[in-house]
Amino acid sequence: MTIQLDVDRSADVNVDGYHTFKLGEFTFRRDEFFVYIDWPTGSHIMSADAFLRALQRDVAWDFFYGIVNFDGIFGTVNHYGTVDIFAGRYNESYRKAELDYSETVETPVIRETFEAVLSDWTNQSFDPFASPHETGSAFGVKNGDNDAAVTRQRVAAERMVGLPGDQQPRSDEMGYPVNRMFADVDQSEPVVEVEPGFEDEVAAFSLFAYLSRSDVTWNPSVVSVCKDSLACPTTEEYILPIIHGNDRVEWFIQLSDQITWEVEDRDTGAVRSRVVMKAGDVCAMPADIRHQGYSPKRSMLLVWENNSGAIPEAIASGKAPTYPIEF
Amino acid sequence: MTTITSPAQGGAIQHANYTTTFAALASYEKGGVELIADDARHYAFSNIFDVASTMPAWDRVAVAKNWEYVLETVRAEGTSPWFTASHDEFAICMDAADGEVLVELVKLDMPIATDDVEGAVLVDGDPVGPRMGRIRLKRGHQALLPKGSAYRFVKDGAPGVLLIQTIGGELTQYRWAEICQTV
Repeated sequence: MTIQLDVDRSADVNVDGYHTFKLGEFTFRRDEFFVYIDWPTGSHIMSADAFLRALQRDVAWDFFYGIVNFDGIFGTVNHYGTVDIFAGRYNESYRKAELDYSETVETPVIRETFEAVLSDWTNQSFDPFASPHETGSAFGVKNGDNDAAVTRQRVAAERMVGLPGDQQPRSDEMGYPVNRMFADVDQSEPVVEVEPGFEDEVAAFSLFAYLSRSDVTWNPSVVSVCKDSLACPTTEEYILPIIHGNDRVEWFIQLSDQITWEVEDRDTGAVRSRVVMKAGDVCAMPADIRHQGYSPKRSMLLVWENNSGAIPEAIASGKAPTYPIEF
Repeated sequence: MTTITSPAQGGAIQHANYTTTFAALASYEKGGVELIADDARHYAFSNIFDVASTMPAWDRVAVAKNWEYVLETVRAEGTSPWFTASHDEFAICMDAADGEVLVELVKLDMPIATDDVEGAVLVDGDPVGPRMGRIRLKRGHQALLPKGSAYRFVKDGAPGVLLIQTIGGELTQYRWAEICQTV
């Protein structure tokens, strides 16, 4: 059964054509250039394009693993059923000044509200999932919408891409042309010889060709599943629009080209390291950091996750370490 | 040198052609962790090709571990033993050295790895059961190694590299101090 939730949105639009939204004690407004967020102890301003790119990931990932920092002030924490929406909570200065604020809301409520904001504030000229070279402007007064782009479904294979009944390799016919920055990627598919009766088990696909046809950036999609082990490759160009705060260890395997990661303490934002990853490099992101990636050319990254629901509590309670390996 | 460009959607100018950089056993370049206030071991930073460059063929060396799950690097050279597992595994061909890695699959009449056994185990001798099929992998191709099957790899010519998504088991080798950046 689908429950229709009420989104708290202004009856009228402002002079620039946008609705204002409320979620608990948070208020969200936008104008031609900026988004304004108000809460009982403070307020914040963000560029509209940066806000919409971050909001797009938060919505598409259903609040993802752990913390989605839109920037150093505002973001969400996923508790997998409820979501904390916060301002200044992971900013040492805000906390010391006691200006930080957060509320816990049921996931369906924040999901519905954020989807409504994303739909209302994204103009027809802008695709928040696209690289800056592949989209027009987020700015200006209200000008149509781009619901087809902002409602893309996150792709998740149940066993592996290419198996009968599962997600299938991408093609021109399916609306996934090869990206301009991957025009040199070999498009040949593996040769598979199947004996009769084993069609559901003997399968392979070209992961690199599949990724070369991705129409989005910074959006991991599941291609293979071994119990709770999820291979979530993605293509990256320009800057990860959020600063991801981990609630578990995740791993990066650089499949092509190069990404630089700026790594900070998850709770304070203090700089901890810079990680330069080249093709073939493998690196863990500890469970007590936050990170943001920079990809100067569209690259292929394998994000490897453990989807177990037991991990965040084990790490938060100190029963499990924040780093992956003792050696 | 003339740079060929084309207009991007937003009005900026971009190159008309780009080169995608993949790595291989014969040509790879490592990045690294530049420490500011941290311990390099917390990142377990390594490189798949660097690990495969010094290991014997068909050893299964973990390059990533997340609780019971691992990603194993395998140097593909010659013909592997037969392996099996009680759960699905997946192999990504990271380097086929301008050739291909052949995957042979047999459905075991009697499972060798029972449901409580995690990770790959060796099949003693040739597997008994019907042939399921064969897969020829080139760089960037990914294959399912289905649960309950026996599989082996064949790589003729120059060595290649596989990355296997699986669970840590009796064949998984942990050599973190050897393969990871420590300072």
